[in-house]
Amino acid sequence: MEILVCVKRVPDTSENEIEINGDGNDIERDDLVYSVNEWDNYAVEEAIQIVDKVGGSVTVVTVGDDESEEVLRREMAMGANNGLLLTDDGFEGADGKGIATILKAAVEKGNYDLILTGAQADEGAAQVGGMLAAMLDYPYASLVNLIEPGDGKLKVGREIEGGNQEMNEIELPCVLSIQTGINEPRYVGIRGIRKVASVEIPELSASDLGLDAAAVGADAAKVKRVDYFVPDMGEGAEMLEGSTEEIIEKLIEYLKAKGGLK
Amino acid sequence: MEPVLISPASFKLFGFIPTVIFSVLLPLLGVGLFTYIMAKRVAPLVKANPDFRFDRPKERILNVLKIWLGQWRHPRYMMAGVLHIIIFFGFLILSVRSTELVIKGISEGFVMPGLGGTLGDIYYFFKDYAATAVFFAVIIAAVRRGIFRPDRYHYPESYGHDHTNEAVFVCLVIATLMVSESLYEAALVAAEVQAGHDATFLAPGTLAWFFKNMLLDNSTKSLQAYHIASYYVHDLTFFFFLCFLPMGKHFHVITSLFNVFFMRLDRGNVRPVRYGVSDEELDDLETFGVKKFSDFTWKDILDFYTCADCGRCSDQCPANTVKRPLSPRFISIKGRDYAFSHFPLMGNFVAQEPLIGEGGIYSEDEIWSCTTCGACEQECPIGIEYINKIVDLRRGMVDEGNVPQSLQKPLSSLEKRGNPYGKMEKKRAEWTKELENCEVKVLDKKTSAETLYFVDSISSFDERMQNVARATATIMCAVGEDFGILGKEEKDSGNEVKRFGEEMLYQSLKAHNSEAIKNSGVKKIVTADPHAYNALKNEYSEMPPVEHISQVIVKNVSSGRLKLKGVSEEEANKVYTYHDPCYLGRHNSLYDEPRAAIDAIPGIRRVEMLKSRDRSFCCSGGGLMLFYEPEEEERMGVVRVKHAQKAGANVIVTACPFCLVNMEDAIKVAGLEGKMEAIDLGELIAAHIDS
Repeated sequence: MEILVCVKRVPDTSENEIEINGDGNDIERDDLVYSVNEWDNYAVEEAIQIVDKVGGSVTVVTVGDDESEEVLRREMAMGANNGLLLTDDGFEGADGKGIATILKAAVEKGNYDLILTGAQADEGAAQVGGMLAAMLDYPYASLVNLIEPGDGKLKVGREIEGGNQEMNEIELPCVLSIQTGINEPRYVGIRGIRKVASVEIPELSASDLGLDAAAVGADAAKVKRVDYFVPDMGEGAEMLEGSTEEIIEKLIEYLKAKGGLK
Repeated sequence: MEPVLISPASFKLFGFIPTVIFSVLLPLLGVGLFTYIMAKRVAPLVKANPDFRFDRPKERILNVLKIWLGQWRHPRYMMAGVLHIIIFFGFLILSVRSTELVIKGISEGFVMPGLGGTLGDIYYFFKDYAATAVFFAVIIAAVRRGIFRPDRYHYPESYGHDHTNEAVFVCLVIATLMVSESLYEAALVAAEVQAGHDATFLAPGTLAWFFKNMLLDNSTKSLQAYHIASYYVHDLTFFFFLCFLPMGKHFHVITSLFNVFFMRLDRGNVRPVRYGVSDEELDDLETFGVKKFSDFTWKDILDFYTCADCGRCSDQCPANTVKRPLSPRFISIKGRDYAFSHFPLMGNFVAQEPLIGEGGIYSEDEIWSCTTCGACEQECPIGIEYINKIVDLRRGMVDEGNVPQSLQKPLSSLEKRGNPYGKMEKKRAEWTKELENCEVKVLDKKTSAETLYFVDSISSFDERMQNVARATATIMCAVGEDFGILGKEEKDSGNEVKRFGEEMLYQSLKAHNSEAIKNSGVKKIVTADPHAYNALKNEYSEMPPVEHISQVIVKNVSSGRLKLKGVSEEEANKVYTYHDPCYLGRHNSLYDEPRAAIDAIPGIRRVEMLKSRDRSFCCSGGGLMLFYEPEEEERMGVVRVKHAQKAGANVIVTACPFCLVNMEDAIKVAGLEGKMEAIDLGELIAAHIDS
């Protein structure tokens, strides 16, 4: 099975202390460290496991600049066979629909049976997977937490609100957005990355993809971020402050006061 | 003078079969078979990875004299140890006699060269006592092992079959050797006495003496029968035993001498990924660590062969104590069983399946459960190693991407931020802000100092442990050290990164720190974190001298530069005990300094826990171990806190931030809040500085 996994480079929220920038429309990006969007790791691991079972190859693709190459290498160190970097100055500022359009063009250049995305990105809106499926006119399943490969189709499990599980049959080719917990992604160390350090990663620009950059970039974006802030504290909300011990003490006090603890 | 009995070399069975045939055939067959078995046993060692163990011969010979010949570690388990010492020396003494006997069967007048005169008289006198002592020792050992069955030898079902029968059987084989040897001689002497000859002197109270007295009434004919029969029973048992040794846990009778000679000489270090491959060449290696059996080094396999299943390692192992799925003894036993089944005595070598995972002999959790505390290696009477194997198995898993999810986050943070918590580099020196009356320089190419205080990650970032860092700095200020820290240029020392098998990440941390330390131009390093102390001292190369803060304290107390005030009224009612951190004690032999530092506080009351110094009980490990979620029935820290309680202490002093984390958690888990407290040595001293 030929599988394409769409991945994204995101600021690593667990390793950063996120602050809003002076203009108030983005986060302070100096001193940030980046990594592969967590959900995408699960998607790549799943793709590798499917290929281990039924054969084929895994290609990882991302839309971004030169720095995005590192996430492709990391996924290739995990075991993805090929990387593909979609890069063009004109892509900058693309909204979700723009990204989906770029990815669609890349899908059409290949011959993929299955396209996986993460269910969402750390700083994203969980929209690209669905849009990509619609644009390709492929069937789509979201929040997938189980995949059983079959002949010409897949059995996919989905997580339903409230902890219920649903099983579906879906025809190939299709797009799936992958939920965390579907597997246990393997560890990638420095050694693994060094092993793929010199592998050539092909780059495709807007013209390579047959796209008009103006139709997908900032100018074409119909969704624009206008503000970014930490919400004001609402009625009834209180941030406990102090050392861990003090916080715990206060919390217990409150719980006792409100009858939550006896 | 005619001999009173016909010797085995001249005797004719049923009057016409010369028994000398057996005297020749038995040794030939025995030695031939033994050689064949040994050749098969050596095969896996030849196929294994290299291990450099031929250096420093003087130290190795000293180890052999002390640990092998001197049985140095045996009395740590008094009963079993003394029994073993008796059997061991009995064997050494009787090996001469046994060899002599074998040759006597062919040439009856044979006497071991050198034993013809007075030396011989002394030898023969003592060897009868040796045989008697060994006889009683193996009987006691068999009863102890077969009937009383100490817990230490218990076999959990998951680990394979019990070795009690083998142990008891071997005791009986040895007893047979002792009885037959004595009977052979007793029959002859009894016949001499009957014939009125000058009978050979038999030491009173020995087995031979006892048998002689018992046999005095027997006819010459039956004495002759005893004489010949016991000779061949001895001969047969001797060669049977020789060939039986390499079949199981008694292989140590042969291998222990070599294993002790080749045992590790240095502690606190981990062996290289591959001997003969430098750090720079690591990238060229196809594979890392131990994945299949032949990835072990020959010393590892010699360790497996040598394990006597005595269970001391596992008895001391904290992971085993709290019922984690790890028992070091079975790392060896399973390894040995694997070697025997995959390199069989008959037929071809069996293809090697991976060691870990489905169908493998080790489980992932088993290998991650080890805290590398070193209690097992400290205890093993014959120099078997575990840490190197555990680390190499982890290297293999890391290389395959097989790392528990709980460890992946901290590893990736170490890679990106140089600390396992994912905190920002620029905040590494923030703990200094709350420091009063003590200035801490941040060193770089421009700002230098005499001494570097290497803080390491936990004391830099953990809110509670920052207090340890501040106490350390306060002491350094009080003694007037010209010192500084590396600030954001310091990364985790990587002691645990290396021990968790992530060698390349460790290499990059080491390279970064080494460069930063070099740039700072310091002449000495001080740290309060034993894990950093160990890495800098034993793993990094070309470092300035490294000291632990306890050494600084003791030095300055004795020089008078550090004056400590006595205990307060409240403290006077407390009883302190010192918990030895593994990486300070066992791995670096710093036992006395921290104790001396505590005792330097006038009026302090300190008691020892039963398990202390080189038998200290690990708190459950530091560094990445804090992130690992093991299966266990109880926390190691809780066990340790109970040790302190039993010793009558109510304050646990330790000298390692990880120990402190674990102790403080354990005190809460054990429900001992208010009854027990934990404090870092530095904190204790800083609070008593008399300014």
